[in-house]
Amino acid sequence: MSSETSSAAAIGDVEGVSLYDVDHPAPVIEPPRKRTSKTSKASRGNFEMYAWLFMRLSGVVLVVLVIGHLLIQLVLDGGVSKIGFAFVAGRWASPFWQAWDLIMLWLAMLHGGNGLRTVINDYAERDNTRFWLKMLLYTATVFTVLLGTLVIFTFDPNIR
Amino acid sequence: MPAGTLYRGREGMWSWVAHRVTGVLIFFFLFVHVLDTALVRVSPEAYDEVVATYKTWPVAFLEYGLVAAILFHALNGLRIIAVDFWAKGPRLQKQMLWTVVGIWIVLMVGALYPVLGHAVREMFGS
Repeated sequence: MSSETSSAAAIGDVEGVSLYDVDHPAPVIEPPRKRTSKTSKASRGNFEMYAWLFMRLSGVVLVVLVIGHLLIQLVLDGGVSKIGFAFVAGRWASPFWQAWDLIMLWLAMLHGGNGLRTVINDYAERDNTRFWLKMLLYTATVFTVLLGTLVIFTFDPNIR
Repeated sequence: MPAGTLYRGREGMWSWVAHRVTGVLIFFFLFVHVLDTALVRVSPEAYDEVVATYKTWPVAFLEYGLVAAILFHALNGLRIIAVDFWAKGPRLQKQMLWTVVGIWIVLMVGALYPVLGHAVREMFGS
């Protein structure tokens, strides 16, 4: 690289003569997101990268689980008309389908929860609005995941 | 007034919009769906009563819409993964979108009878 001999070589006619040379170097511009000791604690980790990766990994698994779920519930064996308490009892008698539904519940809720978190971050501009919308989202997500998990684990086919 | 200054987007932007909209819709349905399924812990009658509404013809059309949203979100999600992780993904994103739309149309035609068949029979009373 000959940047030290003359910086004018890299500059086109439009820009004209360079203001900088060896004795007058151009000011260093820090990368806008460089992490320094002053970076706030919240943005020092890699949370957003892991969230991004989770969306892709859970997405692939969900394609299989959810499309399988739709086939079973809405297409095979007479579609939606066969669904009822007895049908649920028959399926949840098997640990395989319990596990299927449990994994689907957790992945779908976390995938959807993170998706909505992104949407809220994008459109709610006021700090307060954003904070409370996310608190509402997190409450609803935790509630739904726990309720669903409880239902799968405590299901009783002889309830009546 | 200068023409053509409003950015109306292309395939990339509109697939992003559709991915968002379908994602939000699916999330809200999922919330309701866990609640209705939780009724199996209340009583068989309570559950069957609520599931009966899922079997009426107007809800069957909503179900068809739900299937449409899920299938688009699933297929386009795979496209996004390909764009992110496959070296040729970004260059082929448009072709992949039209592939997604094509597969989606085929699947939606395939879902017509299973999802809407009983609704049509109910509407015309047979």
